[in-house]
Amino acid sequence: MTDAPVLVAEDLVGGYVAEVDILRGCALTAGEGEIVVVIGPNGAGKSTLVKAIFGLVPLRQGTVTLHGTDVTGQRPNRISALGMSYVPQVNNVFPSLTIQENLEMGAANSRATMDERMDAMYALFPRLRERRRNRAEGLSGGERQMLAVARALMPEPSVLLLDEPSAGLAPKAVGEVFETVQQVNASGVTIVMIEQNARAALALADRGYVLEGGQNRFTGKGADLLDDPQVAELYLGGGAAGRE
Amino acid sequence: METFLQTTINGLASGSIYALGAIGLSLVYAILKLVNFAHGDFMTLGGYVAFVVNVSLGAPLVVAAAAAVAAIAVVGLITEAVIWRPMRNRGAGVMQLLLLSIGLAFVIRNLILFGWGGQEKRLDIDNTRTFDLGIVRISLIQVIVISIAAVVLVAVGVMLRSTYVGKSMRALSDSFDLAEVSGIDTRRVVTYTWVLGGGLAGLAGVLAGIFTTLRPDTGFLLLLGIFAAVILGGIGNPFGALVGGIALGLVQEWSTNWITPTYKEAIGFVVLILVLLFRPNGVLGHATRTG
Repeated sequence: MTDAPVLVAEDLVGGYVAEVDILRGCALTAGEGEIVVVIGPNGAGKSTLVKAIFGLVPLRQGTVTLHGTDVTGQRPNRISALGMSYVPQVNNVFPSLTIQENLEMGAANSRATMDERMDAMYALFPRLRERRRNRAEGLSGGERQMLAVARALMPEPSVLLLDEPSAGLAPKAVGEVFETVQQVNASGVTIVMIEQNARAALALADRGYVLEGGQNRFTGKGADLLDDPQVAELYLGGGAAGRE
Repeated sequence: METFLQTTINGLASGSIYALGAIGLSLVYAILKLVNFAHGDFMTLGGYVAFVVNVSLGAPLVVAAAAAVAAIAVVGLITEAVIWRPMRNRGAGVMQLLLLSIGLAFVIRNLILFGWGGQEKRLDIDNTRTFDLGIVRISLIQVIVISIAAVVLVAVGVMLRSTYVGKSMRALSDSFDLAEVSGIDTRRVVTYTWVLGGGLAGLAGVLAGIFTTLRPDTGFLLLLGIFAAVILGGIGNPFGALVGGIALGLVQEWSTNWITPTYKEAIGFVVLILVLLFRPNGVLGHATRTG
């Protein structure tokens, strides 16, 4: 399975309620060790796509395959056990739990390697180690994202789904998040990331998707999408990468 | 001083029962967003199970209490499987679940009335024996209630603080969705929550039966105080429920030093209102919580 993609989502159709399809046939493929970036306007279905891949949105049609295993419609804890983690955009830490306890919660399916993984996470994010006995509610926005990513990395996933990890962060913290993503990717984790900072994100991307109306609008290498005049005009909106 | 100590002991005893009831109610609310009005009737049912085992079958009270804890844990699991989970899956909100629980409360209470009648039942325990400790007197039943509650409450506290299941329960009460995506087997944690919440309700019912007598509305009458304890401590915080329960029992009994005991329950609610005026989220409640 050397060249087989790690994650394949095909022809996804579905939404939160039965009558309203948000995804209308979109697809996504992630190769081993790639950074895949999904951009698109608000309401394009980006978050829904990632949630559907993680089993959080009922699908009427389509399949999700992880390492060749069909995981369509599986419960998240099963998908997590198969090596995929997900970091939601908001409410992605347990506020009343300590940082250490937050990390433990990420290790539900990997209790045996928990201590080892926790050390690895503290090495990756030294600031979390300093504050490991503090409750997560006291963390800054950037630290919160670090904790959320660290929690998701606890089971040593092969694929990490990130829903707008830089949303709402100060510019300095945005840079840190992107550095973290590169670092995590360098350790061999395949990244699928939704981003509003489209230019910065596509610059990192091996593969990029532009979503609109629940369908794939453009697909290509990150650099090619950045150079595509149509993509630039429609979705990269000049220089001020479209923030809400 | 003597009367203060005496009322403190009395307050600890009644507060223990509130606290045991309140922790289960609070956990179930925090994790399942279910305001379970049937919780008081779960307690009553626990008391009656103990009555059957202890008096009708003649087994020792300890065996009866264990049977009650197990029985109500099972009742909790059955209601989860038959009522709460199917209703949540159909998208029932807090209000629908609350109304269902009120209905369930009536069903349980009337089944008890139907099965055992309305007259008071007594567990087989010597409720006249007291120990004179010099300045205060403590009755056998107070010793039993306070010591059992103390052991159980500490054990539950340790469990929530240091065991994986306990931490998972707190994680689910922070955010059920995040717990789910973190890979936690939320269904299993919900199962444990019902076992713990139901078991504690059963135990609280037995202790209430030891403390006074059992009637079909024993638990329902305690429920108001238990809700007060939960709110006093901070809704959804099991440690708060513990503190709130003990505090409510103490305040009610202390008030009898100055005011006729008839009003002690009202005093408890006056204190609740006063606390909420200054700390709207309860004593141990979070200042704010984002959805």
